Amino acid sequence: MNSYVPILVLALLAVGFAVFSVVLGTLTGPKRWNRAKLQAYESGIEPTPQPPGGGRFPVKYYLTAMLFILFDIEIVFLYPWAVTFQKLGAFGLVEMVTFVVTVLIAYAYVWRRGGLEWD
Amino acid sequence: MTNLAAGAVSAADPTLASFSPLVWWIIAIKVVVIFLFLLLFQILMIWAERRVIGRMQNRPGPNRWGPFGLLQPVADALKLPLKEDIVPRQVDKLLFFLAPILSAVPALISFAIIPVGPEVSIFGVHTPLQLTDFPVAVLLVLAMSSIAVYGIVLAGWSSTGPYSLLGGLRSSAQVISYEIAMGLSFVAVFLYAGTLSTTGIVNAQAHGWYVWELLPSFLIYVLTMVGETNRLPFDLPEGEGELVGGYNTEFSSMRFVLFYLAEYVNMLTVSALATTLFLGGWRAPWPLSLWSGANSGWYPIIWFLIKVALFEFGFIWLRGSLPRVRYDQLMALGWKILIPVSIIWLLLIATVRAWRYDTHSTAVYVVGGVVLAIIIVIAVSWDIAAERRASRAAGAESAAQEAGPEPGTPAAAPRGGRVTYRVPPLDLPHYHGVGVTDPSRPVPPPAGAAVGAGDSNGTKEVTGA
Repeated sequence: MNSYVPILVLALLAVGFAVFSVVLGTLTGPKRWNRAKLQAYESGIEPTPQPPGGGRFPVKYYLTAMLFILFDIEIVFLYPWAVTFQKLGAFGLVEMVTFVVTVLIAYAYVWRRGGLEWD
Repeated sequence: MTNLAAGAVSAADPTLASFSPLVWWIIAIKVVVIFLFLLLFQILMIWAERRVIGRMQNRPGPNRWGPFGLLQPVADALKLPLKEDIVPRQVDKLLFFLAPILSAVPALISFAIIPVGPEVSIFGVHTPLQLTDFPVAVLLVLAMSSIAVYGIVLAGWSSTGPYSLLGGLRSSAQVISYEIAMGLSFVAVFLYAGTLSTTGIVNAQAHGWYVWELLPSFLIYVLTMVGETNRLPFDLPEGEGELVGGYNTEFSSMRFVLFYLAEYVNMLTVSALATTLFLGGWRAPWPLSLWSGANSGWYPIIWFLIKVALFEFGFIWLRGSLPRVRYDQLMALGWKILIPVSIIWLLLIATVRAWRYDTHSTAVYVVGGVVLAIIIVIAVSWDIAAERRASRAAGAESAAQEAGPEPGTPAAAPRGGRVTYRVPPLDLPHYHGVGVTDPSRPVPPPAGAAVGAGDSNGTKEVTGA
């Protein structure tokens, strides 16, 4: 656990610096009230009314996030395998190729169904 | 320090055990030095970027403040806190406060595991030139780059403006898409080094850098690191032409500084990680490595910085020479090229590697056959698909010529469920002035025709005369 302590120290310093900067920015800058300035910036036109609780966005992004989780978990399984590869030998290779081919089938399916297309 | 041959692992090379004794003042010195290095290097980097880009575009770049304009970033850094910190009325106040912090802090933490040099003696204490290391060190960088996505998403979300929301979504989709290819390119390095600790990886490259052995992985990583840092040509989240500033449109003053800082610190971190994983970390390049002193003491910092500077120059060079890509092209590159290529490359090297360890096992031969078969099947199906696509495009073109171009109407959806749109061809005969005018008259030059068409007032009289 000892080797994680320096990370904590660095993280504390970084958080301190970031919070200090934001607070400093609010204190040192001028404050001049202007109604237009406090609206959402849309290059000068009247801001589009946003629905309460945030805007709507294309469902494509949701699909991308789901696919990311699928592949990220694949990668998480690949790392320990890569580290112990020498000890596992041929057995590990067979197992991992089976796993990767299974994921590749899902990947080919997503591709074929147009899940990777953007228009 | 033993007098081993150059390039071999010497006694000065740190191991994981070198990080376990905790000397509080050593940690304090290292933390402060790394933190100041991260901040001050960005001043140099911003200056270098503006000057080099200026030189590439035949203009001087900033040259007023200090020698060669070196103080320009300092002046900018002093100016920005004195600007008004605008908090628009509609924003989510808490997330608006948290987003820049969540974006800057992970960027500053990642550098902790980068080895800058071998063991040296600081005031009599032997310690490696690296803040810390542990058996899963590279995972820290991946974890931090994942947390930084929260900063981007929350920045776009909390601003509740269309530009910010779209910029945040695009940026997060891009970063997570390229993170997959990045993670896959790392697997090859871990496979060869047999460890995730950065000191172990640098030690494993004592006899040869992985950039040569794992060249495809290196190239994939270089591409993904440009995508990860949202830099040109992949800077769509902040595409000024369409989204103003992307997710940081509504941020001003020091909040904007934190986003800006995070981008440049991320560039430095991914460059340093590329150096560590593929370019031998702090190890001296070939002609210098013949001198046995090159890989000990404080010199390795120089080699490390030179390698990092090369990558940073690459970032500037890309920005100076390439235009921005389209978003669908960007995602297609990430999902359809980088991921399959890195998976197949991984299967290949794993098989070859197993061959080397385990020569006479039939399982390895079987797997080798399977991998070869997969590659052949993919190549053949790729060819068939390309042929089919070409014939389909030809068929659609002839159909379009019969029916006349109808932009926007979807053509008959092919079986895969993908909808294609019929687009009028970019090259029609009348663009060249053929077939529009009366054939008995001479064909007007294209430039004159364009002016005549654009002029709505009295066009007929002018062209008809």
